[in-house]
Amino acid sequence: MAHNAGALDRRDTAWYVDKAVEWLVFIGGISAIIFIVGIFVFIGKEGFGFILGRFDFAEFFFSPRWTPTSLTNATYGALALIVGTASVTGFAMLVSVPFSLGAAIYIAEFATGKRRETLKVLIEMLAAIPSVVWGFIGLSLMNPLIISVFNVPLGLNVLNAGIILGLMAAPIMTTIAEDALKAVPDGYREAAEALGATRWQVIRQVVLPAAKNGLVAAVLLGVGRGFGETMAVLMATGHSINIPSSIFDPVRALTATIATELGETAEGSEHYQALFALGILLFAVTFVINLTADLFVRGIKDK
Amino acid sequence: MVGTPAAADVKLDVKNLAIHYGDTCALRDTSFQIRKNEIFGIIGPANSGKTSFLRAINRMDMFDDNMRIDGEILLDGTEVRNWRNVYALRRRVGVVFPLPVGLPLSIYDNVALSPRLAGTRKKADLDVIVERCLTRAALWDEVKDRLNSLGSLLSGGQQQRLTIARALSQQPDLLLLDEFSIAVDPVTTMRIEDVLKELREEMTIILVTNLVQQARRLADRTAFFLTGECVEVAETEDLFTGAVSDQRTSDYVEGRFG
Amino acid sequence: MFEATELNAQHARTEKLYRILFGLMAVLLILPVITILTVLVVRGGPAISFEFLFSEPINGMTEGGIFPALVGTIWLVSVALVASVPIGVAAAIYLSEYAPKNWLTRAINLAIINLAGVPSIVHALFGVGAFVLFFNFGTSILAASLTLAIMTLPVVIVATRESLQAVPQAFREACWSMGATRWQTIRHVVLPNSVSGILTGVILEVSRTAGETAPIMFTGATLFLPFLPETVFDQTMALSLHLFTVSTQVPNVPEEVQYGTALVLIGLVLSMNAVSIGVRTYLRGKKKW
Repeated sequence: MAHNAGALDRRDTAWYVDKAVEWLVFIGGISAIIFIVGIFVFIGKEGFGFILGRFDFAEFFFSPRWTPTSLTNATYGALALIVGTASVTGFAMLVSVPFSLGAAIYIAEFATGKRRETLKVLIEMLAAIPSVVWGFIGLSLMNPLIISVFNVPLGLNVLNAGIILGLMAAPIMTTIAEDALKAVPDGYREAAEALGATRWQVIRQVVLPAAKNGLVAAVLLGVGRGFGETMAVLMATGHSINIPSSIFDPVRALTATIATELGETAEGSEHYQALFALGILLFAVTFVINLTADLFVRGIKDK
Repeated sequence: MVGTPAAADVKLDVKNLAIHYGDTCALRDTSFQIRKNEIFGIIGPANSGKTSFLRAINRMDMFDDNMRIDGEILLDGTEVRNWRNVYALRRRVGVVFPLPVGLPLSIYDNVALSPRLAGTRKKADLDVIVERCLTRAALWDEVKDRLNSLGSLLSGGQQQRLTIARALSQQPDLLLLDEFSIAVDPVTTMRIEDVLKELREEMTIILVTNLVQQARRLADRTAFFLTGECVEVAETEDLFTGAVSDQRTSDYVEGRFG
Repeated sequence: MFEATELNAQHARTEKLYRILFGLMAVLLILPVITILTVLVVRGGPAISFEFLFSEPINGMTEGGIFPALVGTIWLVSVALVASVPIGVAAAIYLSEYAPKNWLTRAINLAIINLAGVPSIVHALFGVGAFVLFFNFGTSILAASLTLAIMTLPVVIVATRESLQAVPQAFREACWSMGATRWQTIRHVVLPNSVSGILTGVILEVSRTAGETAPIMFTGATLFLPFLPETVFDQTMALSLHLFTVSTQVPNVPEEVQYGTALVLIGLVLSMNAVSIGVRTYLRGKKKW
């Protein structure tokens, strides 16, 4: 009767279908890796020509003169663009981090039931507003507002773009921070409360230290969001190459430079390649930010 | 005390079986044979390795990275880990685990799923199978008017019987029952037990139970597992009349611990 | 006794203070959304009419409607969905149902995080380098939609994976123990119970895709086109880019047209988002086990 088992032990259609599906979904899975590598390869393909050829490290990182269209003396100093991006992102974080973390603390530790759900939905809505609409808000609402409130000639500046970016980065920071706070075991809170600590004491002395890594990740992802934002900073910064001396100065961001100049360059030209080189810089920085944030997030889970 | 049966009469041949979860040993160096068309009882207190043994037969270790199996389990003479099509193996082995899981499908589809996957398409054929399996699991009368409601929303006892019906729908030749009556009332349990006696004609049944008397009522032979060790395998009657080789067996059977 | 009560009262007061402080911070994040929506509705509302939605822009986009942009956005979103939903769902099925815990799975997860985190303008550069030039699709709906598809892929993957993982493991084990293959288990038990969750993810992706501007600027969308696209190899107008155009590129566009365009865009995006949230809330209340 031993042959009985052998006869039934056939690889049937279902077995082969299962294997085929496994391969198919595996391809879907690794496609994410293929795409990310593809992004690097295709941007590199256009941009490395510049980096290996015309690229001058000192000029690129330390000269504020970005004059790629100059016929006689084209220079590719990205300092002003880097400072532009950094100042807007920095100001945005200054505005946004306290509020985002505060909102996360409120949602995770104080709010309950319907109020909590409503807040979460509204923050999700905030995240859903397209960046071009934010840019439009900066242009047509914030601009006149800043001019009249601060009595300055131009309302498209670091202040304007910073506030807009801060609002755009707030949802991701709030959400990730809330997750981090929620991940702190209730046992910690109960133990501290049993010792007679008030809610705030529990939060400050127990919950916040325990959630520290997640909060750092939240801020990092917020920085990444602000750093890579394109349309809103294009429309709200004033778009002029300039190292700002106050928040009322207009600036120009890396992303916005690519967005405005790419359409006007000839494919393969030095200028065109320089824009791809800016892309490589953006890609590399956000890659590092995301990687670091992920390491911090995994830090929470390992605990 | 138990003679070695002819090879053709052996359904399951367990040789030096050991099961580990990580560093924890769930079952060690166990060997015995289960004959065709017998009800083989396994008794013993919690954490004796009974459930691990059943999971090993069904190759559920594939889904648990932590679970390691050494030794051999021969089903009809073939080592279960050598089956090329593990799904065909599982189709021949029906299992009822102690925590009943009604799938989130209709009651009808719960029972019809396995025949459908095996290629039965005709509604009339499926109707017959569904009614027969549910009747044997003593559930038909309670659900025949609502076959379209969700199996996952039945009561615990009903889900338990639904799981039995599902196992029967596979038309297995080896049926593994793990504490099948845990959430079922005594009267219904008796009805299912009567069905099991009939099913013995069609298949081999391994009955893992905490209820010593249930093993006595049903099993032809019974094994006693204790903390990962197979202490004894004997004719059930011998076990209960004191003809045992290990003192611990009679202590457990007579309720001195457990 | 008295001192303890006094202390308690003081604690209760500080407690309340902190509650109000943090609540205020949450409200300050929410307030701008409500203000912005109100302003858009008040200023853009009067512009919305049948004619605005269904006619072409005329007189240098200072008059007329947004019809070609609306149609273009529908084209872009549809083609992007066709490309990304199958890949995204497959990737999520792999990660949730098949993937072993190894370095490759970690690499895939990292890649997904990075796809979501790479700036949209970098996606645009990739679209130009890969689809427009290398695959030679030219600036077309196809190139723009594929760029959008890759950019929003993480949305589908994350939502699908979440809804697959919400199906309890016990159901899978029950199904496997009956001899069902992994795929049969997915097909008959897991997918039917997560399809609505996947749908919310897809709707969310529609909302994201419709609002994106930077990735389509150089890959397929144009500022103005006097006719509607007919194939995926045509260029097209798009609502998001149209808002950019009328608010920065063309002089003397009446405020009403700008706000109207913004209102239609945000209405489209937020209503999709609301549908997604609604479906999710409804599903949460409907227990199947």
